[in-house]
Amino acid sequence: MPLAEGISFDLTVIWAFVIAFAVLVYVVLDGFDLGLGMLFALEPRRKDRDVMMNSVAPVWDGNETWLVLGGGGLFAAFPLAYALILPAVYAPVIAMLLALIFRGVAFEFRWRTERWKPLWDVAFISGSALAALSQGIILGALLQGIEIDEAARQYAGGWWDWLTPFTLAVGLGVMAGYMLLGACWLVLKTTGELQNRMRRWATLFAPLTVGFIAVVSLWTPFLQEGYYSRWFTGWGWGLAVVVAALTAAAFFGLLTRLRMASAELSPFLLALVLFILCFGGLGVSMFPYIVPTEVTIWEAAAPEKSQLFMLVGAGILIPIILAYTAFAYWVFRGKIDADSGYH
Amino acid sequence: MFETFDAVFLARLQFAFTVSFHFLFPAFTIGLASYLAVLNALWLWTKQERFLNLFRYWVKIFALAFAMGVVSGIVMSYQFGTNWSVFSDKAGPVIGAPMAYEVLSAFFLEAGFLGIMLFGRDRVGPGLHMAATAMVAVGTFISAFWILSVNSWMHTPAGFSIDPETGQFLPEDFWQIIFNPSFPYRLAHTVTAAYLTTAFIVGGVGAWHLLRHRRRGEIATGESRTMFSMAMWMAAIVAPIQIFLGDAHGLNTLEHQPVKVMAMEGHYESHPEGAPLYLFGWPNDETQTLDYAVGIPKLSSLILKHSLNAPLDGLDTVPDEDQPPVFIVFWAFRIMVMIGFAMLGLGLWSLLARARGRLYDWPMLHRAAMLMGPSGLVAVLAGWITTEVGRQPFTVYGLLRTADSAAPLDAPAVGASLMAFIVVYFAVFGAGTWYILRLMGHEPSPAEPRLKDVTTGPTRAAGRSPVPDAPKEE
Repeated sequence: MPLAEGISFDLTVIWAFVIAFAVLVYVVLDGFDLGLGMLFALEPRRKDRDVMMNSVAPVWDGNETWLVLGGGGLFAAFPLAYALILPAVYAPVIAMLLALIFRGVAFEFRWRTERWKPLWDVAFISGSALAALSQGIILGALLQGIEIDEAARQYAGGWWDWLTPFTLAVGLGVMAGYMLLGACWLVLKTTGELQNRMRRWATLFAPLTVGFIAVVSLWTPFLQEGYYSRWFTGWGWGLAVVVAALTAAAFFGLLTRLRMASAELSPFLLALVLFILCFGGLGVSMFPYIVPTEVTIWEAAAPEKSQLFMLVGAGILIPIILAYTAFAYWVFRGKIDADSGYH
Repeated sequence: MFETFDAVFLARLQFAFTVSFHFLFPAFTIGLASYLAVLNALWLWTKQERFLNLFRYWVKIFALAFAMGVVSGIVMSYQFGTNWSVFSDKAGPVIGAPMAYEVLSAFFLEAGFLGIMLFGRDRVGPGLHMAATAMVAVGTFISAFWILSVNSWMHTPAGFSIDPETGQFLPEDFWQIIFNPSFPYRLAHTVTAAYLTTAFIVGGVGAWHLLRHRRRGEIATGESRTMFSMAMWMAAIVAPIQIFLGDAHGLNTLEHQPVKVMAMEGHYESHPEGAPLYLFGWPNDETQTLDYAVGIPKLSSLILKHSLNAPLDGLDTVPDEDQPPVFIVFWAFRIMVMIGFAMLGLGLWSLLARARGRLYDWPMLHRAAMLMGPSGLVAVLAGWITTEVGRQPFTVYGLLRTADSAAPLDAPAVGASLMAFIVVYFAVFGAGTWYILRLMGHEPSPAEPRLKDVTTGPTRAAGRSPVPDAPKEE
């Protein structure tokens, strides 16, 4: 049944939303703990670092699992897209995987050695930074478009196509955004001096993030014809104005709340709003393409039988996952300090 | 520097390297998660401190191994797309769904409850903590279920059709896809292998502490005795079951992948009147002969066909381009089988020691158990190599060739990433293994320090400070 012009409500659309949802949850959850990893670089005091790491130690693994669902879901529901996109961003994907190894093991290794603790701190910082940069570059490369050989169903571009000023800008933007999320998370989870410093970091990274959002948003429509007409013709104009206004509102709200000592949760929520708005904007730019502007979600879709079989499981399991993930966050709620930490 | 190799070869090398490293961690943690659940349950049930102490001891090791398993596993989930994109496009409609189910039903379960299992005992109470520990153990098992289903489908594909236009495999019946002909055998054989692997590591650590105490003329702690005893029960009971399961798996392979069995047995020639079991030999693919062969007449026919004179086909019935590399399969199989029988031997020896009341006082037995500590890991790898190399030259057996599965990559790109993986894996997982060994080197003691005690301050525990054999900085 058609909902609007060119959009029909079918399994493939549902799966596009499921994968978009997984990626959004990943970006939000691993976003703050990757950002926290980068903030390590700015917080050299050992005790502060212990507190910071303890604030995510019980949940980081679950956060990262959404990345596996995003990739695994893409493989399962849109195998052609998976096969086209990953070879196109080969180098940043490998870099991201290696970076995630370094930062992932740092969570455990750091507590197992005194002498090498600084080394694992460096692994945590650089791993977090490289993972964030790579994720931004992958997103940028997808947005700017990848060259494919339609007959052979294969990627047809070169090995450095992903490296452009645009993808680097997106990469840096994602780094700034993650650090904003990380700082806001720590405002929520810490007290005293550390919390004050986190407010200041958030106040620094908020304008930086919004600056990158503005640059990337203004750049994107000029990358591909399709984006331009989507945003700057007909009702696109209205949408663009609304999204920009909401972003500005969230930004000023965030700055105001960061100045208030009593506001602990609201900065994090407002930072989330910024991310959700960006994500929505991306969706508007790309839909219904999964490899813009070459392959639509329907062209890349797995057979209906596969999508239906998975949807039964996803429909039952994702709510359960969300429930016990929320429970885990609830169990480890409250402030962290060096003495009452988990590790 | 990689121009002399082709990209497919390098991609295969990269997959073999990353999957071998990765597989060691789940092989250990599947068993260890169950062991921890058992220890936790025993502690709740009996209230004997030694079970809680053992739980606290092994949970630290589990946390390290699990983290390494997670990060090396994420690599695997993306490598299908980066290096094997053609395979992903073609097989994705069939195997993508079970892999997505693995993430939804297993990975999230493990990750969601891991934090509570590691850090939550005081926050959620003993009942919920037990439930979380059990969920982690169940999660590792569900994960094995799905991934082995996918892997088995690549060996014995079923329940699909092939799209004539795109060459994609299309699902016809997911029940047949998941429960494909080799899956039950592979699942049983692999999960049992994981349990044995853990049992021998736990037993090896227990034996090491028993030996150290004996050298000092002291009596070992109850914790060391308990873990050694539990491990030896596992060895004695599970090793014979595993040999039986291995035999059943072999017969299933003979039915569905006879060429693999020919390579495992070194049968280059057909044996119309009963095939010998080759114990030793030097497979030579060039001349298609098994050089220096030493064999027992008719035994291979007896094992595989349960009849002395049953004819067995050899690789001479298979075109060259469809043969797996025999040398690797032949020897990997032998290593696995030899370790399996050594495990059985140690299990029987422990029964004898129990009967004589010498389980904790037989240094030769303890030395043997220590030596056998890592044997499960070797056997698991050897078994994996046997089955995976035996599937070559296909990714989907008989249907999709490995050479036709790879991504359109240049050799330098694959070579460079391979080098990066090798350097990072050896550095990172080498360090992790060192930390695990150091934890194993100190003895589980009464009032074993908790995860947070050992990490935030000097190792001290109520009543005994400092704890003897506390983990010391190098």
